[in-house]
Amino acid sequence: MNAAIPFSAQLINLFAAVILLLAFAMLAQRRVLALINLFALQGLTLCLATLVAAVTTGQVHLYYSAGLTLALKVLLLPWILYRLVKRLNVKGEVEALINIPTTMLVGLVLVMIAFNVALPISELSHTITRGTLGIALAVVMLAFLMMITRQKAITQVVGFLSMENGLFLAATSATYGMPMVVELGIALDVLVGVIILGVFFFQIRDQFDSLDIRHMERLKDN
Amino acid sequence: MTSLLSIDILLTAACAWGVVGLLGLVAPRNTHFISKTLFPLGALVGVLVGLASLGSLGGPAQTAVLVIGLPDLPFHLRLDNLSALFAMLLGFVAAGISIYAAGYFRKGEGTAPGVLCLEYHLFLASMLVVLLADDAYAFMVAWETMALSSFFLVTTDHRHEEIRRAGFLYLLIAHIGAIAILLSFGVMTGGAGDYSFAGMRAQQLSPFWSSAAYLLALAGFGAKAGLVPLHVWLPEAHPAAPSPVSAMMSGVMLKTAIYGLLRVSFDLVHATIWWWGVMALAIGLVTALFGVLYSTVQSDMKRLLAYSSIENIGLIAVGIGLTLIFHAYRMETLAALAMTAVLYHCLAHSAFKSLLFLCTGSVLHATRERSLGKLGGLIHRMPWVAWLALAGVIASAGLPPLSGFVSEWLLLQSFLFSPGLPHPWLNMVVPVAAALVVLVAALAGFAMVKFYGIIFLGQMREPGLKDAHDAGTWEKFGLAWLALITLLLGILPSTVISRIDAATQQLLGTGLAAKLKEQGWWMLAPISPERASYEPLIFLVTIAATLLLGRWLVRHLYHGRVRRTTAWDCGYYFQGPRAQDTAEGFSQPIRRIFEPMFRMQRHFPTARDTEPYYSVKVEDHFWYWLYLPVARLAGRISTLIVTLQGGRIAVYLMYSFITLLVLLLVARP
Repeated sequence: MNAAIPFSAQLINLFAAVILLLAFAMLAQRRVLALINLFALQGLTLCLATLVAAVTTGQVHLYYSAGLTLALKVLLLPWILYRLVKRLNVKGEVEALINIPTTMLVGLVLVMIAFNVALPISELSHTITRGTLGIALAVVMLAFLMMITRQKAITQVVGFLSMENGLFLAATSATYGMPMVVELGIALDVLVGVIILGVFFFQIRDQFDSLDIRHMERLKDN
Repeated sequence: MTSLLSIDILLTAACAWGVVGLLGLVAPRNTHFISKTLFPLGALVGVLVGLASLGSLGGPAQTAVLVIGLPDLPFHLRLDNLSALFAMLLGFVAAGISIYAAGYFRKGEGTAPGVLCLEYHLFLASMLVVLLADDAYAFMVAWETMALSSFFLVTTDHRHEEIRRAGFLYLLIAHIGAIAILLSFGVMTGGAGDYSFAGMRAQQLSPFWSSAAYLLALAGFGAKAGLVPLHVWLPEAHPAAPSPVSAMMSGVMLKTAIYGLLRVSFDLVHATIWWWGVMALAIGLVTALFGVLYSTVQSDMKRLLAYSSIENIGLIAVGIGLTLIFHAYRMETLAALAMTAVLYHCLAHSAFKSLLFLCTGSVLHATRERSLGKLGGLIHRMPWVAWLALAGVIASAGLPPLSGFVSEWLLLQSFLFSPGLPHPWLNMVVPVAAALVVLVAALAGFAMVKFYGIIFLGQMREPGLKDAHDAGTWEKFGLAWLALITLLLGILPSTVISRIDAATQQLLGTGLAAKLKEQGWWMLAPISPERASYEPLIFLVTIAATLLLGRWLVRHLYHGRVRRTTAWDCGYYFQGPRAQDTAEGFSQPIRRIFEPMFRMQRHFPTARDTEPYYSVKVEDHFWYWLYLPVARLAGRISTLIVTLQGGRIAVYLMYSFITLLVLLLVARP
């Protein structure tokens, strides 16, 4: 290991790497419940990374951020999603539009693009977490890819939430987090978004007897 | 004293119109209150506007800045001679139409009368603000208010499918025009960001950008005025609207477009290039010829008048073109002559065309019939309307001694000087255009004979017409007011020209007033009395004297008594109303001579038909050549674009994802 990098930064890099790994795991995961577990784990890792950054830099609001992440993304949202899956009685298998190995290969390319794009930006930053900016961007893109390739509405919501994780990581790594007001606002948005989507799931299922989004092709006007 | 305050008077008048309109909402269903109190009030305001503008003609320009508008972007207003002239036209004509409308609107016809009252008075107020506006912002706000309020007026009877269609077409073309005008203003600011008219006047644009501004203005204002090929809304919207609204649109709204064109081409843009004039001349000629030909073959009386409006706008555009040509070659006296013809025709047309539209309104109310084929002989039942309509018809046909003759005569006079143009082929081609103008004038006479003869003369074509009643007092008063204006414009041309000369002088720097002052008020000799002169009063007196003398001679020197007996029936044993010439039959020669100009669907009866009938439907070539291809193209492009909307969420997400990736890669530092 390069001695120039302090221990805390190495720790954050490690957590970031774990988040990226979890993103790939989510891309590869076929089961909905396992997917939610992975999402919760990703949230936990993000929370730890933020905590380390908070301890190292002594920024008070990063503690709040970490707490918020823990409460929302590790506990509340996975719990809501669990209940949704139970209530909606979603079958275990998640069908993908593109097969999983291909998706992983596309994901690899996306990670390379993300690192390439993020490199000049992270050179401008002076935070100890700047190395993780590329990872954050890669997480956003992988989550996006998951939203594109999955067919069940629930997996799309998980993708959406995972994308928010990536954004959060990017904010922390580039500037030690967004202002508290913005962070609270985003947290509230995500929460409300998930609740509204939950309501929609019930409507969709009542309408189509399934949560497969392919049925919604019929909704377009001709 | 008036000239100092007249812009304030006009602003107060615009507000007063707004208030009168809003009062209509107090009791939207109380027809009596609205028609007998609010519309006469509006007419009073109209007279006030007319007098105040008349008073300020020839005075110095007055400006005002309103506090309303966006922050740091107040409304600038300015009353100069050009605005005053058109405001005068608006005020006097609106007064007549409002008085007429007091007797016209009845219960239970489409929109509630209170809402109609609001729309109508907003329409008037916005036209006044258009004329006063001194920056592009105020102008466009007023212009769009005018378009919207008139759209709602057109669709008053929105229960009918074709009226909704007409309204939509009108709105569409009004918006295309508004975009062109907005772009024209944008070009005229020259990138300086100053949207006041004073700022535009200060810009020195290159010939290229001047031409761009002029062409955009020609397209934008042409769409509102009804110049070919953007005329298609006019024959649809005018018949769809209630008659006072048709009168207002045809008489005044089209003139605001002419005002805008004059404002841009002579006031805001400095450069004058000869081909601008040639272009306006050519478009005007095509419009005039097209309008008059189609007006001769119509069998709906309001459509006939709408096409006749297109023709008159064409003649005005011809005059503007001629003015631009003379102006470009610095022949200012001749330019002033052509400009006077333009302004005079604006005044004349607004009076006689609103008069005629109002007459059709009375006929429509009396008979519930718009089709010429079911009218006839109404002079016996509606003498007031018939005789007042005669004034409008004579003026519209361009016959002396009424107003239409004066303006057409002035226009032809200015054409007669065009061989003096210092350009090798213009001085040969432009005089040829004069021949076409004469053809248009003659055909206009034909159309008017058809209009008047088929509606008012002959025998009644339907038995129901016997119950037709004459117009009410309010309506008679409004008609008489407009007929009076037409008469005054006809017999006092010198007096009128010396008043409106201020506007000509403002635009061109020279006028005709000085020359006219040397001659008496009864005579009109714009260039020199040796060359050509016109004495309308002497003409009128001579005609009247001849007629009276002839009558006296017949009465007293011939056998002295009048017999009433059946007319000679040419040997036919039966002569009913069906044996009269029909609207279609009357215009058959025109259809035959100008056959390539029309798109006709005809059905001829054959010997084997059990129920033989003849029908002819004349349609507009432009609709098939220009509008339908554009509509088809738009449809095809939409079908292509619709494939983007596949309905798959994954695909939609893919669009955003690919956009994101491309943006990231392109915008890399």
